[in-house]
Amino acid sequence: MTKRYDVVVIGGGPAGMAAALSAFEKGAKVLIVERDVRLGGILNQCIHNGFGLHYIGEELTGPEYADRFVKLVESKHIDVMLESMVLRLTADRKVEILCPQGYVTVEAGAVVLAMGCRERTAGAIAVPGTRPAGVYTAGMAQKLCNMKGYLVGKKVVILGSGDIGLIMARRMTLEGAEVELVLELMPYSSGLKRNIVQCLNDYDIPIKYAHTITRLVGSPRLTGLYYAPVDENRNPILEQEQYVECDTLLLSVGLIPENDLLNGLDVEMSPITSGAVVDQNRMTSLEGVFSCGNVLHVHDLVDNVSREAEIAGASAADYAMGALKSGDTISVKAVDGVRYALPQRIAKGNEGKVDVYFRVGDVYKGKRIVVEVDGKEVYSRKTLILAPGEMEKITLTRADITGDVTVRLV
Amino acid sequence: MNMICIMCPMGCPLTVEENNGVITVQGHTCPRGKKYGEQEFTAPVRVLTTLVKRADGGMASAKTSGPIPKDKVREAAECVGKIVVSADVKIGDIIEENFYADGVNLVITGVAQ
Ligand SMILES: Cc1cc2nc3c(=O)[nH]c(=O)nc-3n(C[C@H](O)[C@H](O)[C@H](O)COP(=O)(O)OP(=O)(O)OC[C@H]3O[C@@H](n4cnc5c(N)ncnc54)[C@H](O)[C@@H]3O)c2cc1C
Ligand code: SF4
Repeated sequence: MTKRYDVVVIGGGPAGMAAALSAFEKGAKVLIVERDVRLGGILNQCIHNGFGLHYIGEELTGPEYADRFVKLVESKHIDVMLESMVLRLTADRKVEILCPQGYVTVEAGAVVLAMGCRERTAGAIAVPGTRPAGVYTAGMAQKLCNMKGYLVGKKVVILGSGDIGLIMARRMTLEGAEVELVLELMPYSSGLKRNIVQCLNDYDIPIKYAHTITRLVGSPRLTGLYYAPVDENRNPILEQEQYVECDTLLLSVGLIPENDLLNGLDVEMSPITSGAVVDQNRMTSLEGVFSCGNVLHVHDLVDNVSREAEIAGASAADYAMGALKSGDTISVKAVDGVRYALPQRIAKGNEGKVDVYFRVGDVYKGKRIVVEVDGKEVYSRKTLILAPGEMEKITLTRADITGDVTVRLV
Repeated sequence: MNMICIMCPMGCPLTVEENNGVITVQGHTCPRGKKYGEQEFTAPVRVLTTLVKRADGGMASAKTSGPIPKDKVREAAECVGKIVVSADVKIGDIIEENFYADGVNLVITGVAQ
């Protein structure tokens, strides 16, 4: 017999747990499906602190933040399937799961996608040279170190200055490794300032902006690598190549939303976020399928993940119980320095407020964020600094949204 | 002295100066930034998050419940690296009291599975 739930949440990280909790509060019968042995997602390996300052009002480590939600989930009548991987989702919301009991299909009134993201790997970036051992993604190194107590190397170079790479620079230093260098292709870091200060500056780890790796050396294990500055077109200037000895290279070159489950489904995707296009309820173009957290767009703050997931979970419950009416929507466009804005669609003619999140494409100083509706300015705010690594939020009055919305920098 | 406030992701650029014993902070957006600037100028502190081994060979994560002097962080991390905790530790368990600062404890934050 096929089981039926009002809301099936795919993924049991912070997004999945917050979505499940808010759906439950709405009175829905909820199932969380998680492929790992425990709930918590990526937070379980993020032992550093910096989580929850905004959402909980307290600075917690990743596992502590996760634990708060795990305890809440366990205290409610929310079903949880662990070591269970969703292999297929159909357009009529049948969720096919490979679990310890075998292959099961669950019917869902609504589905919340909360699968998080995975790291870009060496294959996704072309590094010439040998293919030696000793090359890891920063998150893999983090998992091996923090969950298994295994240090992947002694002399480390990190490519990319995303947060995971910065955090690992400090972790490996404290575990006794030498971090020689961080190389960043862009002229700025995509990581949080706090991590640049506390993970690199505190330990005198040099970071070279506008630099990249040109060649890997060593066989079978990495023994060193060549790097060089890049020109305006981000092509390496080979005449200025330098060599650094190292046995380990960590890649911290970005995250990609794990949306493989949507392949073959008619879901409109954003080429910029690599996540689904959603409305203010976080519903995708496929009715009854919602998305939140890192699978929707890459977040740097778990607090925003939890908030977004609450919207998705509550809306999914409403949809499953027939309380969510879909009507005409207007589109939200990002132009002039704004890389993307989310939600990409907002339902017309409603009361209250709506939060729009966005990211910029470059570092901008002293710019004004302007929101226009049909060419008329409805929101404006001066900023000191805007950076691609930090998500911005603006709150719009729904009554103002009478036509298509444009978010821009002037 | 120029620095970046790290008390929240805003990362406000601060300028901290001392004139005749009076410390002034500029560039902060909220009171926590002023406090951070003064602190970082006079006696910088950090919260240490790190790993401890469990008796069963597994790992647990730990943090200092409050900030400790910045120049003690490495030493503290080395000290924690030598600690072995029991196999049944839980989140919130205190491993050491008054750890590198008065009133600051070394606390378990997570247990790997
Ligand atoms: C290294 C690192 C450091 C960070 N540092 C900070 C910080 O200091 N402060 C802060 O606020 N935020 C930080 N973040 C951001 C924040 O932690 C993440 O944005 C947040 O964890 C994302 O939550 P999520 O639930 O969307 O994804 P995840 O935590 O990745 O959870 C997704 C879950 O879905 C499961 N899953 C995926 N596919 C399937 C499937 N097909 N079937 C079943 N289950 C599936 C996965 O196993 C996983 O458990 C950091 C993130 C990383 C990666
Ligand atoms: S001054 Fe306030 S707002 Fe600015 S970074 Fe510090 S804590 Fe954040």
